[in-house]
Amino acid sequence: MSDTDDALPTPLNALHRRLGAKLVPFAGYEMPLQYSPGIMAEHLHCRAKAGLFDVSHMGQIVVTARSGDVADAARALERLVPVDVLGLGVGRQRYALFTDEAGGILDDLMVTNLGDRLFLVVNAACKVADFAHLKAGLGAECEVRMLTDRALVALQGPEAGRVLAGLAPATADMRFMGVREVEVAGLSCMVSRSGYTGEDGFEISVPEAGAERLAEALLADAAVAPIGLGARDSLRLEAGLCLYGNDIDRTTSPVEAALTWAIQKVRRAGGARAGGFPGADRILRELADGPERLRVGLLPEGRAPVRGHSPLFAAESGGEAIGEVTSGGFGPTLGAPVAMGYVPAAMAAPGTRLFAEVRGKRLAVTVAAMPFVPNGYKKS
Amino acid sequence: MKYTEEHEWLRPEGDVLTVGITDYATEQLGDIVFVDLPEAGREVKKGEEIVVLESVKAASDILAPIDGTITEVNQAIADDPSLVNSDPHGAGWFFRMKPADGVSIDGFMDEAAYKAMIG
Repeated sequence: MSDTDDALPTPLNALHRRLGAKLVPFAGYEMPLQYSPGIMAEHLHCRAKAGLFDVSHMGQIVVTARSGDVADAARALERLVPVDVLGLGVGRQRYALFTDEAGGILDDLMVTNLGDRLFLVVNAACKVADFAHLKAGLGAECEVRMLTDRALVALQGPEAGRVLAGLAPATADMRFMGVREVEVAGLSCMVSRSGYTGEDGFEISVPEAGAERLAEALLADAAVAPIGLGARDSLRLEAGLCLYGNDIDRTTSPVEAALTWAIQKVRRAGGARAGGFPGADRILRELADGPERLRVGLLPEGRAPVRGHSPLFAAESGGEAIGEVTSGGFGPTLGAPVAMGYVPAAMAAPGTRLFAEVRGKRLAVTVAAMPFVPNGYKKS
Repeated sequence: MKYTEEHEWLRPEGDVLTVGITDYATEQLGDIVFVDLPEAGREVKKGEEIVVLESVKAASDILAPIDGTITEVNQAIADDPSLVNSDPHGAGWFFRMKPADGVSIDGFMDEAAYKAMIG
């Protein structure tokens, strides 16, 4: 989609316009790229105080077992993800991946156990395909429903906890990856303590009719500023988080993508529910033997940003490309360029010096541990 | 002062021309985080890509407005690219150049014409 005229508005479209957003088409929706302070200032504000993001373009899907037992829905979903869903406690959320038969990644998502049903948040660009995939995979024993009447906003940053507790005291004692159905500003919301910035914060699912009221209530706090997609990207990049379509896709396996932490022991070889997900042969083999290549963090030595699709080389001159940058840009908090990409496993150790080709020049980059900026998750 | 269609401003002082980009251009580019400047002494042709600018959003090129020789570059913006955003018509200048013999900047837009172009 190339024209904003074709893009769908989110329930916060009028608010974005009032706030002076620069709107761009993204995954079929008209989304704020930035507001008047600009990407750099928005990024820094989110890390220092709190930022409000409209992520209503993302898919919100509910999976309910026809038996009425959420464990049946969890067992069914485990056929599509290499993740321990059955072991997810009530009110807890977990990162997951839909894999394909070749062991590639169809999408990444969040799964929540709401006690009587599962709640999934999936990427905007994949949500139609994900919904069909769920219907085909789980339809026999589960009802799969896309929630099209709810908005999703994220409140992220070190002041997010204080701000939300002011509107919804029941959120004060929530921990990272905890989920609670609570009233916020008089609206029945589903709140999870999670996000995509590396900061403490929340994602709040709200009925679309109340979305603007919720956003206004959050923005009424002087610490909260609206943040666009531009800063959302630089924040997640500094946090070392993957962007589906850039850093992970059907050509990358979860093991290559360094997402093995998302595959719990119970789904690995020797586990009680080992395998049984699409691409298990390859994924379990890579877990045992190691993958051929790995997603790594890259710190360019100079000031020049190294962007996605830049080829990577082992030497300053000559040789074939050994890998490719998948995301890269300037990290405002780090005050330096940051990137991530795929390199052969033998070149993936932090400290390994490689070269990225930018405008015909090979610029030195060093493999680095991620996140690039320490995260602020509220784990206790 | 003259302006190019590529949103450069050209300020003649004696036989040297100082070149930068306009306030309008910096607003379109967003926060500038990297500037790659040419070497002083380099001979350039009109339309040659001689400066690379990287903003938080994307990379863009600055073209030589005329034939000539680069006489000086503004190292301050390489050290602190945000100067281009904060003071594009002053401390955020890019380079100075000596026009080649017989080259004039009379044909470029004046301020009124440039303002009309950007609307």
